[in-house]
Amino acid sequence: MASGSEEKAAVVRVIGGWACPYAIRVFAALKLKGVEYEFLQEPAGRKSELLLKSNPVYKKIPVLLHHDKPICESMIIIQYIDEVWASNGPAILPTEPYARANERFWAQYVDDKIAPAFLVLRGRTNGDKDEAAAQVSTALEHLEEAFVKCSQGKHYFGGDRIGFLDLVFGSHLGWFRAVEKISGIKLLEEDKYPEITAWADRFCTHHAVKDVMPETDKLVGFSTNSALKAKPTTN
Amino acid sequence: MDHHLEQQAAESEKKAVKLLGMWASPYVLQVRWALAMKGVEYEYVEEDLRSKSAQLLAYNPVHKKVPVLVYHGRPIAESQVILEFIDDAWNHRGDPILPRDPYRRAMARFWARFKQDKLSPPIWRWFTTEGEEQEAAYEAAVEQLLVLEKELAVSGKPFFGGEKVGFVDLSLSPLAYVIPIYEEIVTGGGGGGVKMVTEEKMPSLAAWMGRFLSSPAVRGHLPPLEKLRPRCQAMREAFLVSARAKVEQQQQQ
Repeated sequence: MASGSEEKAAVVRVIGGWACPYAIRVFAALKLKGVEYEFLQEPAGRKSELLLKSNPVYKKIPVLLHHDKPICESMIIIQYIDEVWASNGPAILPTEPYARANERFWAQYVDDKIAPAFLVLRGRTNGDKDEAAAQVSTALEHLEEAFVKCSQGKHYFGGDRIGFLDLVFGSHLGWFRAVEKISGIKLLEEDKYPEITAWADRFCTHHAVKDVMPETDKLVGFSTNSALKAKPTTN
Repeated sequence: MDHHLEQQAAESEKKAVKLLGMWASPYVLQVRWALAMKGVEYEYVEEDLRSKSAQLLAYNPVHKKVPVLVYHGRPIAESQVILEFIDDAWNHRGDPILPRDPYRRAMARFWARFKQDKLSPPIWRWFTTEGEEQEAAYEAAVEQLLVLEKELAVSGKPFFGGEKVGFVDLSLSPLAYVIPIYEEIVTGGGGGGVKMVTEEKMPSLAAWMGRFLSSPAVRGHLPPLEKLRPRCQAMREAFLVSARAKVEQQQQQ
């Protein structure tokens, strides 16, 4: 994991976890921009010195270290990547102010509604599973409509290329499939959400995403192991 | 001739920009201050949140909340999203709300999140509880305020945005006027008040509060303190009554 003390630390490092959607979206953003990075996998069950030093306020992953300067919170990190490497490839956020606001609004909505519901459906936090599933359904209804408006007939929320909302929403797709297996509840139903279903396949097979999106069974295994250790949630 | 054209431009801008708000909402105030910083003319619509207008429900069907900024008929909701939109849409005008440098922008966004995630919850808990729960919330709030204090002290600048009010100042703005109201109410008028932000413990923050409230953008639209005090008082009382009733219920079982 760590490089030897004599080697210079890579210019761009990400403290994260292979199963963490907030980290996955950062990896994909860096890949979209063609930026080389070193992935520092957090050890299971404890927080590294580097994480505690880099993110003393939240103590959470992911953290981007750019020339050793820490940037925390995944959506903030993605916007930083977009701005610093503005000349590398297409923009992650659109340039038009209203389109930017629209993507930011839906991105926050996704994290507010989907992530907590998944924790309930995985049995990691207490809650009514039917209510959690209903919350995800409502979110998918809104997002299905939002996709039609944002994509304007093209492949992604960002139009013809993966953008900010694609990354934020898309990073949860691995867990969508895992949570369906764990809970036995079908969430992303193709007949109800045809646009999102098609988009999900396109997103997961995209070159910037396919190597960082974990396989469903690995996530199911991860979830089972976490439950056995019964640790409080980290993300 | 110039003045007439300016007037026309202002009037046409006012038609293009509408803000749905509510007088007591700190999130609405933040947006009003941001619009003031950019010198944007707009139509303000006061909403009765107990009886939401068709307009509000149409413009913000997902959350049904204020503020909502409507720009050329297109709605934007969520105060942080709106603040960034204002900075983007009028970035050729006035001072920048967010810094231009990517790292400083990331830090500004970080502190705005910090306020929502780490500061607001314990402050609210302190205000709406009593006894041990309140004491614990007080300690938690002070701990987080000291983080902000250090940030400001180390920068040595008058505002979190530097020489002028910026995104972080706007995001933190409720603290500037709400905390003194809460302090008064929690004390309950008895001697030896409970202060959360004192000059001794948090000199930079204490100075910032007064400085922020006298800054140009805020001076034009002060928070309605006389109306807010009784409203906040009533909120605290309602929470305490409800909590006491629950305790009684549990004791009787």
